[in-house]
Amino acid sequence: MEYFTQQLINGLTLGSIYGLIAIGYTMVYGIIGMINFAHGDVYMIGAFQAMIVFLICGALGLTWVPLQLALMLIMAVIFTAAYGWSVERLAYRPLRGSPRLAPLISAIGMSIVLSNYVQLAQGPRPKPIPPVIRGGFQIMESDAGFVVQLGYLQIVIILLTVALMAIFAYLIAKTPLGRAQRACEQDMKMASLLGVNVDRTISLTFVMGAALAAVAGMMVTLYWGVNEFAMGFVAGIKAFTAAVLGGIGSLPGAMLGGILIGLIEAMWSAYFSTEYKDVAAFGILVLVLIFRPTGLLGRPEVEKV
Amino acid sequence: MTAMLRISGVRTFYGHIEALKGVDVEVAEGEIVTIIGANGAGKSTLLMTICGSPQARDGSVVFEGQEITRQPTFEIMRKGIAQAPEGRRIFPRMSVIENLKMGAITSDPKYFDEDVEKVFAIFPRLKERQAQRGGTLSGGEQQMLAIARALMSRPRLLLLDEPSLGLAPLIVKQIFQVIREINEQQKVTVLLVEQNANHALKLADRGYVMVNGRITLSGGGAELLANPEVRAAYLEGGHH
Ligand SMILES: Nc1ncnc2c1ncn2[C@@H]1O[C@H](COP(=O)(O)OP(=O)(O)OP(=O)(O)O)[C@@H](O)[C@H]1O
Ligand SMILES: [Mg+2]
Repeated sequence: MEYFTQQLINGLTLGSIYGLIAIGYTMVYGIIGMINFAHGDVYMIGAFQAMIVFLICGALGLTWVPLQLALMLIMAVIFTAAYGWSVERLAYRPLRGSPRLAPLISAIGMSIVLSNYVQLAQGPRPKPIPPVIRGGFQIMESDAGFVVQLGYLQIVIILLTVALMAIFAYLIAKTPLGRAQRACEQDMKMASLLGVNVDRTISLTFVMGAALAAVAGMMVTLYWGVNEFAMGFVAGIKAFTAAVLGGIGSLPGAMLGGILIGLIEAMWSAYFSTEYKDVAAFGILVLVLIFRPTGLLGRPEVEKV
Repeated sequence: MTAMLRISGVRTFYGHIEALKGVDVEVAEGEIVTIIGANGAGKSTLLMTICGSPQARDGSVVFEGQEITRQPTFEIMRKGIAQAPEGRRIFPRMSVIENLKMGAITSDPKYFDEDVEKVFAIFPRLKERQAQRGGTLSGGEQQMLAIARALMSRPRLLLLDEPSLGLAPLIVKQIFQVIREINEQQKVTVLLVEQNANHALKLADRGYVMVNGRITLSGGGAELLANPEVRAAYLEGGHH
Protein backbone atom coordinates (compact mmCIF):
# COMPACT_ATOMS: atom_id res chain seq x y z
CA MET A 1 0.00 0.00 0.00
CA GLU A 2 2.72 2.47 0.94
CA TYR A 3 4.76 1.50 -2.06
CA PHE A 4 1.71 1.92 -4.27
CA THR A 5 1.02 5.38 -2.86
CA GLN A 6 4.59 6.40 -3.53
CA GLN A 7 4.30 5.25 -7.13
CA LEU A 8 1.02 7.10 -7.46
CA ILE A 9 2.74 10.33 -6.45
CA ASN A 10 5.65 9.70 -8.76
CA GLY A 11 3.31 8.78 -11.58
CA LEU A 12 1.26 11.94 -11.18
CA THR A 13 4.39 14.04 -11.24
CA LEU A 14 5.66 12.36 -14.37
CA GLY A 15 2.21 12.47 -15.92
CA SER A 16 1.97 16.22 -15.36
CA ILE A 17 5.12 16.68 -17.36
CA TYR A 18 3.95 14.43 -20.19
CA GLY A 19 0.59 16.17 -20.20
CA LEU A 20 2.17 19.58 -20.68
CA ILE A 21 4.18 18.32 -23.62
CA ALA A 22 1.20 16.45 -25.06
CA ILE A 23 -0.81 19.68 -25.29
CA GLY A 24 1.67 20.97 -27.84
CA TYR A 25 1.20 17.90 -30.02
CA THR A 26 -2.53 17.94 -29.79
CA MET A 27 -2.97 21.66 -30.48
CA VAL A 28 -0.76 21.62 -33.54
CA TYR A 29 -2.43 18.50 -34.81
CA GLY A 30 -5.83 20.05 -34.23
CA ILE A 31 -5.07 23.16 -36.19
CA ILE A 32 -2.97 21.96 -39.10
CA GLY A 33 -3.48 18.20 -38.97
CA MET A 34 0.19 17.48 -38.61
CA ILE A 35 2.28 15.64 -36.04
CA ASN A 36 5.04 18.03 -35.07
CA PHE A 37 7.82 15.52 -34.53
CA ALA A 38 10.18 18.31 -33.55
CA HIS A 39 8.07 19.09 -30.47
CA GLY A 40 10.00 16.68 -28.25
CA ASP A 41 13.17 18.50 -29.18
CA VAL A 42 11.58 21.84 -28.47
CA TYR A 43 10.93 20.47 -24.99
CA MET A 44 14.58 19.40 -24.77
CA ILE A 45 15.59 22.95 -25.73
CA GLY A 46 13.34 24.20 -22.93
CA ALA A 47 15.11 21.94 -20.46
CA PHE A 48 18.50 23.23 -21.56
CA GLN A 49 17.34 26.84 -21.43
CA ALA A 50 16.23 26.31 -17.84
CA MET A 51 19.51 24.67 -16.99
CA ILE A 52 21.56 27.45 -18.59
CA VAL A 53 19.62 30.11 -16.71
CA PHE A 54 20.22 28.20 -13.49
CA LEU A 55 23.95 28.04 -14.15
CA ILE A 56 24.04 31.74 -15.02
CA CYS A 57 22.23 32.51 -11.76
CA GLY A 58 24.89 30.52 -9.96
CA ALA A 59 27.66 32.40 -11.75
CA LEU A 60 26.10 35.73 -10.86
CA GLY A 61 25.66 34.70 -7.27
CA LEU A 62 21.86 34.77 -7.32
CA THR A 63 21.13 32.08 -4.79
CA TRP A 64 17.66 32.97 -3.63
CA VAL A 65 15.65 29.98 -4.85
CA PRO A 66 12.34 31.68 -5.73
CA LEU A 67 14.23 34.20 -7.86
CA GLN A 68 16.16 31.41 -9.56
CA LEU A 69 12.97 29.55 -10.32
CA ALA A 70 11.18 32.61 -11.64
CA LEU A 71 14.08 33.49 -13.90
CA MET A 72 14.34 29.90 -15.14
CA LEU A 73 10.66 29.82 -15.91
CA ILE A 74 10.46 33.16 -17.66
CA MET A 75 13.62 32.83 -19.70
CA ALA A 76 12.98 29.22 -20.70
CA VAL A 77 9.46 30.06 -21.79
CA ILE A 78 10.52 33.09 -23.83
CA PHE A 79 13.44 31.45 -25.58
CA THR A 80 11.72 28.16 -26.21
CA ALA A 81 8.64 29.91 -27.56
CA ALA A 82 10.96 31.70 -29.98
CA TYR A 83 12.27 28.31 -31.09
CA GLY A 84 8.76 27.00 -31.54
CA TRP A 85 7.85 30.02 -33.61
CA SER A 86 10.97 29.68 -35.77
CA VAL A 87 10.44 25.97 -36.37
CA GLU A 88 7.01 26.67 -37.78
CA ARG A 89 8.24 29.61 -39.83
CA LEU A 90 11.22 27.79 -41.32
CA ALA A 91 10.12 24.21 -41.64
CA TYR A 92 6.33 24.11 -41.94
CA ARG A 93 4.88 27.32 -43.28
CA PRO A 94 6.68 27.12 -46.63
CA LEU A 95 5.13 23.68 -47.05
CA ARG A 96 1.58 24.69 -46.30
CA GLY A 97 -0.71 23.28 -48.93
CA SER A 98 1.71 20.57 -50.02
CA PRO A 99 0.92 16.88 -49.53
CA ARG A 100 0.75 15.70 -45.93
CA LEU A 101 3.97 13.77 -46.09
CA ALA A 102 6.10 16.83 -46.85
CA PRO A 103 5.70 18.67 -43.53
CA LEU A 104 6.00 15.35 -41.70
CA ILE A 105 9.41 14.74 -43.22
CA SER A 106 10.33 18.34 -42.59
CA ALA A 107 9.35 17.83 -38.94
CA ILE A 108 11.61 14.82 -38.59
CA GLY A 109 14.40 16.83 -40.20
CA MET A 110 13.80 19.67 -37.77
CA SER A 111 13.94 17.25 -34.87
CA ILE A 112 17.34 15.99 -36.03
CA VAL A 113 18.59 19.53 -36.57
CA LEU A 114 17.59 20.63 -33.07
CA SER A 115 19.04 17.66 -31.23
CA ASN A 116 22.30 17.79 -33.21
CA TYR A 117 22.55 21.49 -32.64
CA VAL A 118 22.29 20.99 -28.90
CA GLN A 119 24.71 18.09 -29.08
CA LEU A 120 27.24 20.42 -30.73
CA ALA A 121 26.56 23.37 -28.48
CA GLN A 122 26.30 21.51 -25.17
CA GLY A 123 28.31 18.37 -25.81
CA PRO A 124 27.06 14.81 -26.03
CA ARG A 125 27.34 13.95 -22.35
CA PRO A 126 24.53 14.31 -19.82
CA LYS A 127 24.74 17.60 -17.94
CA PRO A 128 23.89 17.49 -14.26
CA ILE A 129 22.78 20.30 -11.99
CA PRO A 130 22.51 20.11 -8.22
CA PRO A 131 19.04 19.82 -6.67
CA VAL A 132 17.33 23.19 -6.31
CA ILE A 133 14.24 22.24 -4.35
CA ARG A 134 14.89 19.63 -1.70
CA GLY A 135 12.88 17.99 0.97
CA GLY A 136 9.25 17.18 1.32
CA PHE A 137 6.62 15.65 3.52
CA GLN A 138 6.74 12.14 4.87
CA ILE A 139 3.13 11.17 4.54
CA MET A 140 3.15 7.51 5.53
CA GLU A 141 5.41 4.86 6.92
CA SER A 142 4.93 1.14 6.63
CA ASP A 143 5.72 -1.35 9.40
CA ALA A 144 8.75 -2.41 7.43
CA GLY A 145 10.02 1.15 7.55
CA PHE A 146 9.21 2.19 3.98
CA VAL A 147 8.59 5.93 3.98
CA VAL A 148 6.25 7.56 1.47
CA GLN A 149 7.68 10.90 0.36
CA LEU A 150 5.81 13.76 -1.20
CA GLY A 151 8.56 16.09 -2.31
CA TYR A 152 8.08 19.87 -2.31
CA LEU A 153 9.20 19.77 -5.90
CA GLN A 154 6.52 17.24 -6.75
CA ILE A 155 3.92 19.52 -5.20
CA VAL A 156 5.24 22.44 -7.23
CA ILE A 157 5.14 20.41 -10.43
CA ILE A 158 1.63 19.14 -9.92
CA LEU A 159 0.20 22.48 -8.81
CA LEU A 160 1.89 24.40 -11.59
CA THR A 161 0.61 21.92 -14.12
CA VAL A 162 -2.94 22.11 -12.82
CA ALA A 163 -2.78 25.91 -12.88
CA LEU A 164 -1.38 26.02 -16.41
CA MET A 165 -3.97 23.59 -17.69
CA ALA A 166 -6.78 25.61 -16.14
CA ILE A 167 -5.46 28.82 -17.68
CA PHE A 168 -5.10 27.08 -20.97
CA ALA A 169 -8.53 25.57 -21.00
CA TYR A 170 -9.92 29.02 -20.30
CA LEU A 171 -7.83 30.59 -23.03
CA ILE A 172 -9.06 28.13 -25.63
CA ALA A 173 -12.69 28.20 -24.56
CA LYS A 174 -13.27 31.86 -23.84
CA THR A 175 -10.82 34.23 -25.45
CA PRO A 176 -10.86 35.57 -29.03
CA LEU A 177 -7.51 33.91 -29.68
CA GLY A 178 -8.78 30.53 -28.52
CA ARG A 179 -11.90 30.93 -30.58
CA ALA A 180 -9.85 31.83 -33.64
CA GLN A 181 -7.75 28.72 -33.05
CA ARG A 182 -10.82 26.52 -32.90
CA ALA A 183 -12.24 28.21 -35.97
CA CYS A 184 -9.04 27.52 -37.90
CA GLU A 185 -9.22 23.95 -36.70
CA GLN A 186 -12.74 23.51 -38.04
CA ASP A 187 -12.57 25.49 -41.28
CA MET A 188 -9.45 27.47 -42.04
CA LYS A 189 -10.79 29.08 -45.18
CA MET A 190 -13.94 30.27 -43.45
CA ALA A 191 -11.85 31.67 -40.61
CA SER A 192 -9.88 33.74 -43.10
CA LEU A 193 -13.15 34.87 -44.72
CA LEU A 194 -14.11 36.31 -41.35
CA GLY A 195 -10.86 38.24 -41.07
CA VAL A 196 -8.80 35.81 -39.00
CA ASN A 197 -5.10 35.99 -39.77
CA VAL A 198 -4.64 32.25 -40.11
CA ASP A 199 -0.85 32.30 -40.38
CA ARG A 200 -0.56 34.32 -37.21
CA THR A 201 -3.00 32.04 -35.41
CA ILE A 202 -0.95 28.99 -36.39
CA SER A 203 2.26 30.70 -35.28
CA LEU A 204 0.72 31.47 -31.91
CA THR A 205 -0.35 27.86 -31.56
CA PHE A 206 3.26 26.78 -31.96
CA VAL A 207 4.36 29.46 -29.53
CA MET A 208 1.87 28.29 -26.92
CA GLY A 209 2.80 24.64 -27.36
CA ALA A 210 6.49 25.49 -27.05
CA ALA A 211 5.89 27.60 -23.96
CA LEU A 212 4.20 24.68 -22.21
CA ALA A 213 6.96 22.35 -23.36
CA ALA A 214 9.46 24.79 -21.85
CA VAL A 215 7.71 24.59 -18.50
CA ALA A 216 7.82 20.80 -18.76
CA GLY A 217 11.51 20.99 -19.64
CA MET A 218 12.22 23.16 -16.64
CA MET A 219 10.34 20.79 -14.34
CA VAL A 220 12.26 17.82 -15.64
CA THR A 221 15.53 19.66 -15.19
CA LEU A 222 14.65 20.23 -11.55
CA TYR A 223 13.20 16.75 -11.07
CA TRP A 224 15.89 14.53 -12.59
CA GLY A 225 18.73 17.03 -12.44
CA VAL A 226 20.28 15.81 -15.71
CA ASN A 227 19.78 16.95 -19.28
CA GLU A 228 21.13 15.53 -22.49
CA PHE A 229 20.56 16.33 -26.13
CA ALA A 230 18.68 13.10 -26.89
CA MET A 231 16.14 13.48 -24.06
CA GLY A 232 13.54 15.01 -26.38
CA PHE A 233 13.06 11.85 -28.38
CA VAL A 234 11.74 9.46 -25.75
CA ALA A 235 9.82 12.13 -23.83
CA GLY A 236 8.39 13.33 -27.13
CA ILE A 237 7.13 9.91 -28.11
CA LYS A 238 5.63 9.36 -24.68
CA ALA A 239 3.84 12.70 -24.80
CA PHE A 240 2.70 11.89 -28.31
CA THR A 241 1.36 8.59 -26.99
CA ALA A 242 -0.43 10.54 -24.30
CA ALA A 243 -2.00 12.79 -26.90
CA VAL A 244 -3.12 9.81 -28.98
CA LEU A 245 -4.39 7.96 -25.92
CA GLY A 246 -6.47 10.98 -24.87
CA GLY A 247 -7.67 11.56 -28.42
CA ILE A 248 -5.43 13.63 -30.62
CA GLY A 249 -6.85 17.09 -31.17
CA SER A 250 -8.55 17.08 -27.76
CA LEU A 251 -7.11 19.33 -25.08
CA PRO A 252 -8.61 17.57 -22.05
CA GLY A 253 -7.59 14.34 -23.76
CA ALA A 254 -3.95 15.41 -23.80
CA MET A 255 -4.07 16.21 -20.09
CA LEU A 256 -5.77 12.94 -19.23
CA GLY A 257 -3.50 10.95 -21.52
CA GLY A 258 -0.41 12.50 -20.00
CA ILE A 259 -1.45 11.60 -16.49
CA LEU A 260 -2.37 8.07 -17.49
CA ILE A 261 0.94 7.50 -19.25
CA GLY A 262 2.79 8.84 -16.22
CA LEU A 263 0.88 6.54 -13.90
CA ILE A 264 1.28 3.52 -16.14
CA GLU A 265 4.97 4.13 -16.43
CA ALA A 266 5.41 4.51 -12.68
CA MET A 267 3.40 1.39 -11.90
CA TRP A 268 5.10 -0.60 -14.60
CA SER A 269 8.56 0.24 -13.31
CA ALA A 270 7.43 -0.46 -9.78
CA TYR A 271 5.87 -3.84 -10.34
CA PHE A 272 7.42 -5.20 -13.52
CA SER A 273 10.67 -3.85 -14.76
CA THR A 274 12.42 -0.53 -14.74
CA GLU A 275 14.56 -1.37 -17.74
CA TYR A 276 11.54 -1.94 -19.90
CA LYS A 277 9.50 1.03 -18.66
CA ASP A 278 9.49 2.66 -22.08
CA VAL A 279 7.96 -0.47 -23.55
CA ALA A 280 4.82 0.15 -21.53
CA ALA A 281 4.18 3.53 -23.12
CA PHE A 282 4.88 2.32 -26.63
CA GLY A 283 2.83 -0.83 -26.13
CA ILE A 284 -0.07 1.40 -25.21
CA LEU A 285 0.45 3.51 -28.31
CA VAL A 286 0.17 0.39 -30.44
CA LEU A 287 -2.90 -0.88 -28.60
CA VAL A 288 -4.70 2.46 -28.80
CA LEU A 289 -3.97 2.80 -32.48
CA ILE A 290 -5.35 -0.67 -33.13
CA PHE A 291 -8.41 -0.67 -30.90
CA ARG A 292 -9.39 2.93 -30.37
CA PRO A 293 -7.68 5.24 -32.83
CA THR A 294 -9.84 8.20 -31.79
CA GLY A 295 -8.51 7.89 -28.23
CA LEU A 296 -10.40 8.18 -24.96
CA LEU A 297 -11.84 11.65 -25.44
CA GLY A 298 -11.52 11.86 -29.21
CA ARG A 299 -14.72 12.87 -30.87
CA PRO A 300 -16.75 10.53 -33.00
CA GLU A 301 -17.61 12.35 -36.21
CA VAL A 302 -21.36 12.81 -36.14
CA GLU A 303 -22.04 16.34 -37.28
CA LYS A 304 -23.52 17.16 -40.61
CA VAL A 305 -21.42 19.79 -42.26
CA MET B 1 -22.00 57.45 -59.41
CA THR B 2 -18.67 55.81 -58.77
CA ALA B 3 -18.70 52.09 -58.13
CA MET B 4 -18.23 50.77 -54.63
CA LEU B 5 -16.83 47.59 -56.11
CA ARG B 6 -15.24 47.49 -59.54
CA ILE B 7 -14.06 44.21 -61.00
CA SER B 8 -12.26 44.61 -64.30
CA GLY B 9 -10.80 42.02 -66.62
CA VAL B 10 -10.48 39.47 -63.84
CA ARG B 11 -9.08 36.09 -64.77
CA THR B 12 -8.85 33.37 -62.11
CA PHE B 13 -7.27 29.95 -62.44
CA TYR B 14 -7.44 26.68 -60.55
CA GLY B 15 -4.18 25.14 -61.64
CA HIS B 16 -4.49 25.16 -65.42
CA ILE B 17 -8.26 25.54 -65.47
CA GLU B 18 -9.35 29.06 -66.25
CA ALA B 19 -12.50 29.56 -64.19
CA LEU B 20 -12.92 33.31 -64.84
CA LYS B 21 -11.98 34.47 -68.32
CA GLY B 22 -11.96 38.23 -68.04
CA VAL B 23 -14.90 39.33 -65.94
CA ASP B 24 -16.15 42.91 -65.53
CA VAL B 25 -18.70 43.61 -62.83
CA GLU B 26 -19.58 46.81 -61.02
CA VAL B 27 -21.60 47.35 -57.90
CA ALA B 28 -22.64 50.82 -56.79
CA GLU B 29 -23.22 51.76 -53.18
CA GLY B 30 -26.69 50.87 -51.98
CA GLU B 31 -27.48 48.47 -54.80
CA ILE B 32 -28.51 44.86 -54.82
CA VAL B 33 -26.75 43.24 -57.75
CA THR B 34 -27.20 39.61 -58.68
CA ILE B 35 -25.16 37.21 -60.72
CA ILE B 36 -27.01 34.29 -62.20
CA GLY B 37 -25.67 31.40 -64.21
CA ALA B 38 -25.63 27.64 -64.56
CA ASN B 39 -23.64 25.24 -62.41
CA GLY B 40 -19.94 25.66 -62.92
CA ALA B 41 -20.24 29.07 -64.58
CA GLY B 42 -17.80 30.61 -62.10
CA LYS B 43 -20.15 32.53 -59.81
CA SER B 44 -18.68 31.28 -56.56
CA THR B 45 -15.20 31.72 -57.96
CA LEU B 46 -16.01 35.37 -58.59
CA LEU B 47 -17.13 35.95 -55.00
CA MET B 48 -14.07 34.16 -53.67
CA THR B 49 -11.79 36.12 -56.00
CA ILE B 50 -13.17 39.36 -54.56
CA CYS B 51 -12.04 38.01 -51.18
CA GLY B 52 -8.62 37.07 -52.52
CA SER B 53 -9.00 33.31 -52.19
CA PRO B 54 -7.97 32.44 -54.88
CA GLN B 55 -6.41 35.67 -56.10
CA ALA B 56 -7.04 36.92 -59.63
CA ARG B 57 -4.13 36.25 -61.94
CA ASP B 58 -5.02 39.21 -64.18
CA GLY B 59 -7.26 42.20 -63.90
CA SER B 60 -8.16 44.10 -60.79
CA VAL B 61 -10.61 44.27 -57.95
CA VAL B 62 -11.13 47.74 -56.51
CA PHE B 63 -13.22 48.31 -53.39
CA GLU B 64 -14.09 51.85 -52.34
CA GLY B 65 -11.30 53.18 -54.51
CA GLN B 66 -8.69 50.86 -53.07
CA GLU B 67 -7.01 48.10 -55.05
CA ILE B 68 -7.46 44.83 -53.15
CA THR B 69 -6.53 42.32 -55.86
CA ARG B 70 -3.29 41.18 -54.25
CA GLN B 71 -4.19 41.57 -50.60
CA PRO B 72 -4.44 38.61 -48.25
CA THR B 73 -7.98 37.43 -47.57
CA PHE B 74 -8.06 38.40 -43.90
CA GLU B 75 -7.06 41.97 -44.76
CA ILE B 76 -9.74 42.27 -47.41
CA MET B 77 -12.37 41.03 -44.97
CA ARG B 78 -11.38 43.80 -42.55
CA LYS B 79 -12.22 46.53 -45.01
CA GLY B 80 -15.98 46.25 -44.84
CA ILE B 81 -16.65 43.20 -47.01
CA ALA B 82 -18.31 40.06 -45.64
CA GLN B 83 -19.29 36.84 -47.33
CA ALA B 84 -21.83 34.13 -46.56
CA PRO B 85 -20.13 31.57 -48.76
CA GLU B 86 -21.29 28.57 -50.74
CA GLY B 87 -22.08 25.66 -48.44
CA ARG B 88 -22.63 28.04 -45.48
CA ARG B 89 -19.48 26.87 -43.74
CA ILE B 90 -20.84 27.17 -40.22
CA PHE B 91 -18.29 26.12 -37.60
CA PRO B 92 -19.89 22.82 -36.63
CA ARG B 93 -18.40 22.49 -33.15
CA MET B 94 -19.18 26.01 -32.06
CA SER B 95 -22.45 27.23 -30.68
CA VAL B 96 -24.61 29.71 -32.56
CA ILE B 97 -23.36 32.48 -30.29
CA GLU B 98 -19.76 31.49 -30.83
CA ASN B 99 -20.28 31.46 -34.58
CA LEU B 100 -21.61 34.99 -34.27
CA LYS B 101 -18.60 35.96 -32.16
CA MET B 102 -16.40 34.69 -34.96
CA GLY B 103 -18.32 36.92 -37.33
CA ALA B 104 -17.62 39.88 -35.07
CA ILE B 105 -13.92 39.20 -34.79
CA THR B 106 -12.98 42.27 -36.82
CA SER B 107 -15.43 44.69 -35.24
CA ASP B 108 -15.17 46.55 -31.97
CA PRO B 109 -16.33 44.32 -29.08
CA LYS B 110 -18.40 47.18 -27.66
CA TYR B 111 -20.88 46.71 -30.53
CA PHE B 112 -21.30 42.99 -29.96
CA ASP B 113 -24.43 42.98 -27.77
CA GLU B 114 -26.18 45.53 -29.90
CA ASP B 115 -25.33 43.69 -33.12
CA VAL B 116 -26.40 40.33 -31.74
CA GLU B 117 -29.76 41.81 -30.81
CA LYS B 118 -30.04 43.14 -34.34
CA VAL B 119 -29.44 39.79 -36.02
CA PHE B 120 -31.69 38.05 -33.51
CA ALA B 121 -34.41 40.51 -34.44
CA ILE B 122 -33.94 39.52 -38.08
CA PHE B 123 -33.72 35.80 -37.31
CA PRO B 124 -35.65 35.08 -34.09
CA ARG B 125 -35.04 31.39 -34.72
CA LEU B 126 -31.35 31.87 -34.01
CA LYS B 127 -32.10 33.46 -30.67
CA GLU B 128 -33.99 30.35 -29.56
CA ARG B 129 -31.08 28.20 -30.63
CA GLN B 130 -28.18 30.31 -29.48
CA ALA B 131 -26.56 27.61 -27.36
CA GLN B 132 -26.97 24.86 -29.96
CA ARG B 133 -23.94 23.63 -31.87
CA GLY B 134 -23.71 24.88 -35.43
CA GLY B 135 -23.30 21.40 -36.86
CA THR B 136 -26.65 20.27 -35.52
CA LEU B 137 -28.72 23.14 -36.97
CA SER B 138 -31.08 22.44 -39.85
CA GLY B 139 -30.09 23.61 -43.32
CA GLY B 140 -32.30 26.66 -43.14
CA GLU B 141 -31.04 27.60 -39.71
CA GLN B 142 -27.48 27.22 -40.91
CA GLN B 143 -28.20 29.58 -43.77
CA MET B 144 -29.67 32.13 -41.40
CA LEU B 145 -26.63 31.78 -39.20
CA ALA B 146 -24.30 32.21 -42.17
CA ILE B 147 -25.98 35.49 -43.09
CA ALA B 148 -26.16 36.62 -39.48
CA ARG B 149 -22.51 35.82 -38.95
CA ALA B 150 -21.59 37.84 -42.04
CA LEU B 151 -23.60 40.79 -40.72
CA MET B 152 -21.78 40.75 -37.40
CA SER B 153 -18.74 42.36 -39.00
CA ARG B 154 -20.86 45.41 -39.89
CA PRO B 155 -20.09 45.11 -43.59
CA ARG B 156 -20.80 47.77 -46.18
CA LEU B 157 -20.71 45.14 -48.91
CA LEU B 158 -22.29 41.74 -48.34
CA LEU B 159 -21.52 38.85 -50.68
CA LEU B 160 -24.12 36.08 -50.64
CA ASP B 161 -23.56 32.78 -52.43
CA GLU B 162 -26.81 30.93 -53.16
CA PRO B 163 -28.55 31.66 -49.89
CA SER B 164 -31.70 29.89 -51.11
CA LEU B 165 -30.03 26.61 -51.97
CA GLY B 166 -31.81 23.57 -50.59
CA LEU B 167 -34.41 25.52 -48.63
CA ALA B 168 -38.19 25.12 -48.57
CA PRO B 169 -40.09 27.72 -50.63
CA LEU B 170 -41.39 29.49 -47.55
CA ILE B 171 -37.92 29.88 -46.08
CA VAL B 172 -36.59 31.01 -49.45
CA LYS B 173 -39.13 33.78 -49.45
CA GLN B 174 -38.12 34.78 -45.94
CA ILE B 175 -34.46 34.85 -46.84
CA PHE B 176 -35.06 37.10 -49.84
CA GLN B 177 -37.17 39.36 -47.71
CA VAL B 178 -34.37 39.58 -45.19
CA ILE B 179 -31.89 40.49 -47.92
CA ARG B 180 -34.12 43.36 -48.95
CA GLU B 181 -34.47 44.51 -45.34
CA ILE B 182 -30.75 44.41 -44.77
CA ASN B 183 -30.23 46.43 -47.91
CA GLU B 184 -32.89 49.02 -47.19
CA GLN B 185 -32.71 49.39 -43.43
CA GLN B 186 -29.06 48.75 -42.72
CA LYS B 187 -27.83 50.31 -45.96
CA VAL B 188 -25.74 47.30 -46.84
CA THR B 189 -24.82 46.88 -50.49
CA VAL B 190 -25.45 43.32 -51.67
CA LEU B 191 -23.84 41.19 -54.35
CA LEU B 192 -25.96 38.08 -54.63
CA VAL B 193 -25.15 34.89 -56.51
CA GLU B 194 -28.21 32.79 -57.26
CA GLN B 195 -29.51 29.82 -59.20
CA ASN B 196 -32.97 30.96 -58.29
CA ALA B 197 -33.06 33.51 -61.13
CA ASN B 198 -36.69 34.41 -60.74
CA HIS B 199 -36.43 35.48 -57.12
CA ALA B 200 -33.02 37.02 -57.53
CA LEU B 201 -33.88 39.18 -60.54
CA LYS B 202 -37.08 40.38 -58.90
CA LEU B 203 -35.13 41.48 -55.87
CA ALA B 204 -32.10 42.96 -57.59
CA ASP B 205 -31.60 46.41 -59.03
CA ARG B 206 -29.30 44.98 -61.65
CA GLY B 207 -28.12 41.58 -62.76
CA TYR B 208 -25.38 39.84 -64.69
CA VAL B 209 -25.61 36.54 -66.50
CA MET B 210 -22.50 34.43 -66.33
CA VAL B 211 -21.74 31.60 -68.72
CA ASN B 212 -18.55 29.60 -68.63
CA GLY B 213 -16.41 32.16 -66.84
CA ARG B 214 -17.67 35.16 -68.83
CA ILE B 215 -20.40 37.75 -68.39
CA THR B 216 -22.70 37.40 -71.39
CA LEU B 217 -25.52 39.72 -70.45
CA SER B 218 -26.23 42.46 -68.00
CA GLY B 219 -29.00 44.88 -67.26
CA GLY B 220 -31.70 45.93 -64.84
CA GLY B 221 -33.38 43.17 -62.86
CA ALA B 222 -36.76 43.60 -64.51
CA GLU B 223 -35.15 43.95 -67.91
CA LEU B 224 -33.29 40.65 -67.57
CA LEU B 225 -36.37 38.99 -66.21
CA ALA B 226 -38.17 39.94 -69.41
CA ASN B 227 -35.31 38.94 -71.68
CA PRO B 228 -36.29 35.92 -73.79
CA GLU B 229 -32.81 34.40 -73.70
CA VAL B 230 -32.72 34.60 -69.93
CA ARG B 231 -36.22 33.22 -69.69
CA ALA B 232 -35.36 30.30 -71.92
CA ALA B 233 -32.12 29.45 -70.16
CA TYR B 234 -32.85 30.15 -66.50
CA LEU B 235 -36.53 30.54 -65.88
CA GLU B 236 -38.85 28.38 -67.92
CA GLY B 237 -38.94 24.88 -66.59
CA GLY B 238 -36.76 26.05 -63.73
CA HIS B 239 -37.64 27.59 -60.39
CA HIS B 240 -40.69 29.73 -59.84
N1 LIG C 1 -11.02 24.33 -55.92
C1 LIG C 1 -11.19 24.10 -57.24
N2 LIG C 1 -10.27 23.40 -57.94
C2 LIG C 1 -10.42 23.18 -59.26
N3 LIG C 1 -11.46 23.61 -59.98
C3 LIG C 1 -12.41 24.31 -59.36
C4 LIG C 1 -12.32 24.58 -57.95
N4 LIG C 1 -13.42 25.30 -57.59
C5 LIG C 1 -14.13 25.44 -58.71
N5 LIG C 1 -13.54 24.86 -59.78
C6 LIG C 1 -14.03 24.84 -61.15
O1 LIG C 1 -14.23 26.17 -61.58
C7 LIG C 1 -15.40 26.29 -62.31
C8 LIG C 1 -16.31 27.33 -61.69
O2 LIG C 1 -16.75 26.85 -60.42
P1 LIG C 1 -17.69 27.69 -59.46
O3 LIG C 1 -17.75 26.96 -58.18
O4 LIG C 1 -17.19 29.08 -59.42
O5 LIG C 1 -19.06 27.61 -60.22
P2 LIG C 1 -20.49 28.14 -59.78
O6 LIG C 1 -20.93 29.05 -60.85
O7 LIG C 1 -20.43 28.68 -58.41
O8 LIG C 1 -21.33 26.80 -59.81
P3 LIG C 1 -22.54 26.32 -58.86
O9 LIG C 1 -23.76 27.07 -59.28
O10 LIG C 1 -22.65 24.88 -59.16
O11 LIG C 1 -22.15 26.61 -57.45
C9 LIG C 1 -16.03 24.90 -62.37
O12 LIG C 1 -15.69 24.32 -63.61
C10 LIG C 1 -15.37 24.18 -61.24
O13 LIG C 1 -15.22 22.80 -61.53
MG1 LIG D 1 -21.23 28.13 -56.66
